[in-house]
Amino acid sequence: MQMRATAHQEILLPVRPAFIVVTLVAALLLNVLPWSGFWIWIKPDFVALVVLYWCVAQPRKIGFTAAWILGLMMDVADGSLFGQHALAYSILAYAGIVLHHRVQMFTLTPQVVHVVLLLLFNDLIVLAIRMLSGSDFPGYPYFLGSVVAGALWPPLSVLLKLPQRPTPDPDHV
Amino acid sequence: MEYSPPPFFKTGPTPLARLLIFSLLSLALLVTDARFNYLETLRNIVSVIVYPLQRIASAPASIAQRAGEFFVTHSTLRADNARLARQNIENAALLQQLGALQAENAHLRELLDARESTGIKSTLAEVLYAARDPFTRKIIIDKGSQQDILNGQPVIDNIGVIGQVTRVYPWLSEATLITDKGQVVPVLNLRNGLRAVLAGAGNDGVLELKFIPLNADFQNGDRLVTSGIDGVYPPGLPVAEVTNVERNAAYLFARITCKPLAGVNNYGQVLVVRQEDKHPERPAEEVKPARGKKGKRDS
Repeated sequence: MQMRATAHQEILLPVRPAFIVVTLVAALLLNVLPWSGFWIWIKPDFVALVVLYWCVAQPRKIGFTAAWILGLMMDVADGSLFGQHALAYSILAYAGIVLHHRVQMFTLTPQVVHVVLLLLFNDLIVLAIRMLSGSDFPGYPYFLGSVVAGALWPPLSVLLKLPQRPTPDPDHV
Repeated sequence: MEYSPPPFFKTGPTPLARLLIFSLLSLALLVTDARFNYLETLRNIVSVIVYPLQRIASAPASIAQRAGEFFVTHSTLRADNARLARQNIENAALLQQLGALQAENAHLRELLDARESTGIKSTLAEVLYAARDPFTRKIIIDKGSQQDILNGQPVIDNIGVIGQVTRVYPWLSEATLITDKGQVVPVLNLRNGLRAVLAGAGNDGVLELKFIPLNADFQNGDRLVTSGIDGVYPPGLPVAEVTNVERNAAYLFARITCKPLAGVNNYGQVLVVRQEDKHPERPAEEVKPARGKKGKRDS
């Protein structure tokens, strides 16, 4: 009974580093799409989500350096304070790397809870930096993006695992 | 005696140590960026890496727009054409008057020995996207220092002022909208010529007139245009319309809210305005050496 909540461990092929790079670039692209109006509020931070995914799934392949550089890129693309996203993503990468054994134990639904909490914490760091530098609180819809990102976690983790699935052996029945 | 065996795998510093290093690095960047402006070169270097991504990301929208423009019906085109022809005639009448008025104005200025009003040049730019940052209101436009965009230039659309260029990259620049908190435009009430300072409130479509005495003559529907006394915004560009005037004797100043006239939240083409620099030089520089000479003579 206790085993039910834990994930069924699959045997996967090693991930190709090029695939990780491609997904991260795709996440950056999604982040700088011309979102406007209502969508800007519910838009998840794709880069944070993908960085967290790889830190949880492959903590040896990706780490702080990648997260930090991506953070700098987001700071430039958003025109925000330099280092704001870099700090938030570094802390997110730390949480992902430290918790990766724990998160991998669970099935997708309990994983979502972890992810949403971590991304909300990520939002809180950015909020704290901005409030300290004199901005106003932008209102509670600010946190909506992370909840939407949580909903995207299950499809994302299935999708990103696809290239690692071993192809069925044609000679085997 | 307790001792730990040597690590089985070499993994470098622990995650906590790495976190500390990267956090300190980010915090150092944050403080340097917030307090001093030393990081613009670093920002420019990163922007060159991010630039292709920004262009690719905005490509589908512009392609879709162009495809949409291609599939218009014959009747819409004819209607548009007729409307534009009519508008053209109306504008032509105004333009003829404008020519006469300009000549008259120049003549009068000559008579009064007043300084010539400055001409403006403009660069057409396209809005790529709005910055995702929910704390500020900024747009990214597709012209940068390579197209002679300078920091501080006003950005307008076909109706009026929408913002000001606040950061210039090689091929892009960032404009802060007038609705951004802390973005200030010096304005003039078109009805009675009262000068005021218009500041963004940080909300969409709300602007506030700052430091207006309770008895000042501002009414709903008053149009505010740039006054031009700052030397940044050319004079006479429409900015906002007064929507609400609240006079409460408990406060020192009246609370006057306005709404921007231009499509501040629209995407599309904008003009980056460059004022031809014809400002008279500040007299302060000439006064100082004169004083020095005087002092020498006295001694």
